[in-house]
Amino acid sequence: MNWLKPSWQAVLAIVLCVIAIALGAMSKPEAAALADPTASINYPYLGTKGLMLGLVIVAALVSMVRIPSVAEAGVLFVCAHLVAWLLISGIAGFEGTALAPYFLLLTAAWLLGWRCVAVLSGLRPMAGSARNALRLIIPAIFGAWILIIWEAVTRGAGIPFILLPPPSAIGARIAGSLPVLGADVRQTIFKAVIFGYVVGSGAGFITAILADRVPFLRRGLLPIGNMVSALPIIGVAPIMVMWFGFDWQSKAAVVIIMTFFPMLVNTVAGLAASGHMERDLMRTYASGYWPTLIKLRLPAAAPFIFNALKINSTLALIGAIVAEFFGTPVVGMGFRISTEVGRMNIDMVWAEIAVAALAGSVFYGVVALVERAVTFWHPSVRGG
Amino acid sequence: MTGISPAVVAASKLGLTFQTNDGPVQALSNVDLTIGKGEFVSFIGPSGCGKTTLLRVIADLEKPTSGTISVNGMTAEQAREKRAYGYVFQAAALFPWRTIERNVALPLEIMGLSKAEQVERIKRTLDLVNLSGFEKKYPWQLSGGMQQRASIARALAFDADLLLMDEPFGALDEIVRDHLNEQLLQLWARTNKTICFVTHSIPEAVYLSTRIVVMSPRPGRVSDIIQSTLPKERPLDIRETPEFLAIAARVRDGLRAGHSYDD
Repeated sequence: MNWLKPSWQAVLAIVLCVIAIALGAMSKPEAAALADPTASINYPYLGTKGLMLGLVIVAALVSMVRIPSVAEAGVLFVCAHLVAWLLISGIAGFEGTALAPYFLLLTAAWLLGWRCVAVLSGLRPMAGSARNALRLIIPAIFGAWILIIWEAVTRGAGIPFILLPPPSAIGARIAGSLPVLGADVRQTIFKAVIFGYVVGSGAGFITAILADRVPFLRRGLLPIGNMVSALPIIGVAPIMVMWFGFDWQSKAAVVIIMTFFPMLVNTVAGLAASGHMERDLMRTYASGYWPTLIKLRLPAAAPFIFNALKINSTLALIGAIVAEFFGTPVVGMGFRISTEVGRMNIDMVWAEIAVAALAGSVFYGVVALVERAVTFWHPSVRGG
Repeated sequence: MTGISPAVVAASKLGLTFQTNDGPVQALSNVDLTIGKGEFVSFIGPSGCGKTTLLRVIADLEKPTSGTISVNGMTAEQAREKRAYGYVFQAAALFPWRTIERNVALPLEIMGLSKAEQVERIKRTLDLVNLSGFEKKYPWQLSGGMQQRASIARALAFDADLLLMDEPFGALDEIVRDHLNEQLLQLWARTNKTICFVTHSIPEAVYLSTRIVVMSPRPGRVSDIIQSTLPKERPLDIRETPEFLAIAARVRDGLRAGHSYDD
């Protein structure tokens, strides 16, 4: 039995296919057609049902034979996604009519995808480029299956659009409203978020240096900074709108309040992070406050400061979007979400959420990349 | 400054009491010591005997609570501000974000030397500790022994005449330690610096020093000062000669006497 290497995903996928065959009809129209063979009823998967079942079973069997891992992953990848594509494209026009075998087949295809990711995760390629490619492929397959299952379930089960639109509809909405989304991003991110982030983080940083330099500020200011961090943003936002007007300035003010404190606390902690020995060393050089700060304490604080910058990158986005719920010109991501949800345009709400998630990830990613470049020396980055 | 060779370090009736939560702790009591130019003086004793504290007082990292200390004829604080000494710590304490050459350049940058002067001194001191070719490496890419050598280069870079070393090889294995001891002696012979060296290893102290200061704890004080009779030229196998063993025995006796006071 040396040529066989069973996996539970493949075995379960075959079992699910067998159950699906036993249950028969994949959709209500097909069941009706089977019940009344004389009537000419159009139903989905007329020609592809056997193909899909065959693909799953063949791929599952092939994956259990001892073949090179790359080939195994390739077969699983192609078959799982081909089946998923056939399933989703076949249900078009018959939304909400799917029966149990439809979901069984979806689950079987998902199991093959799972097995594919498991095989890929087990690969230990020598070449750096292959390793980099794997680092991208594995999360990509993972993310793709979230979308595939979301799409197949919402359409197969006919989930009401208001509750959860399928990702394809959200994608179409994004593609169709690029100018509106672009204007919202410009208003919310390029004006309120960036400005608030830079000013809030910068103010937190400068305050931390001041508190470090001037002892009475350290005793007086830090507890007050603590209190500022406890301010509920929902309560502050309308006041900021009253103070700074409807436009982006009031949102930037909310972002400043939100990002100030994480930066203050982290920088204060970071400035205390350099070791006694290193500080004694600077003392033996008769180094003054500022040279010691610039050459020793700030570099040692860099991991803490970048931590704050990463936390702030997501806080800033949340702050700006929530603040727009309390009054804004007729543009902005928060404004769009609050008005479109009232008009039942749920796909537009999801489109804004997707754009916000993408923008937030890019923002975070850029900060993380800069962090890797600056704190290359830190054990967490250089690995050991 | 009287006498033939001016004292580099002169301490008289030096005392230091730390105020702790458990009451005052007398780290140093009544220390009288004069170190002349070009000497290699080791401080040896059990932990808690104040040998590191004494070195830190010389470096003005601690303030004495009684008595006086002068370094190069100045107060310890003035000497520190004039960068009169290089200090080597128990660990290398290199900055991980700087390459070896930038680490060696650190004191030179703070002292405001010109770029050309910095380059010249970095090259010279890295040659001195046999680290040429590692200028562009980061500290975490080097072994512990090389890191400690880089930290010695950093202490030598600004050409202070006094080198204070606080158990610099304590964390290294014996083979590396022997090697670095040998190199340190060569370096001392070449540069004619005054070296104060804290250790808890008897062979290390005897092998390196022209004078060995034996200290004992509670309160930290000098219990014996032993003048070495070994020649200046010292191969590693000098440690098997009867002369070496006799000095080592005297140091051991001195340490034991300090301990019995405790019991």
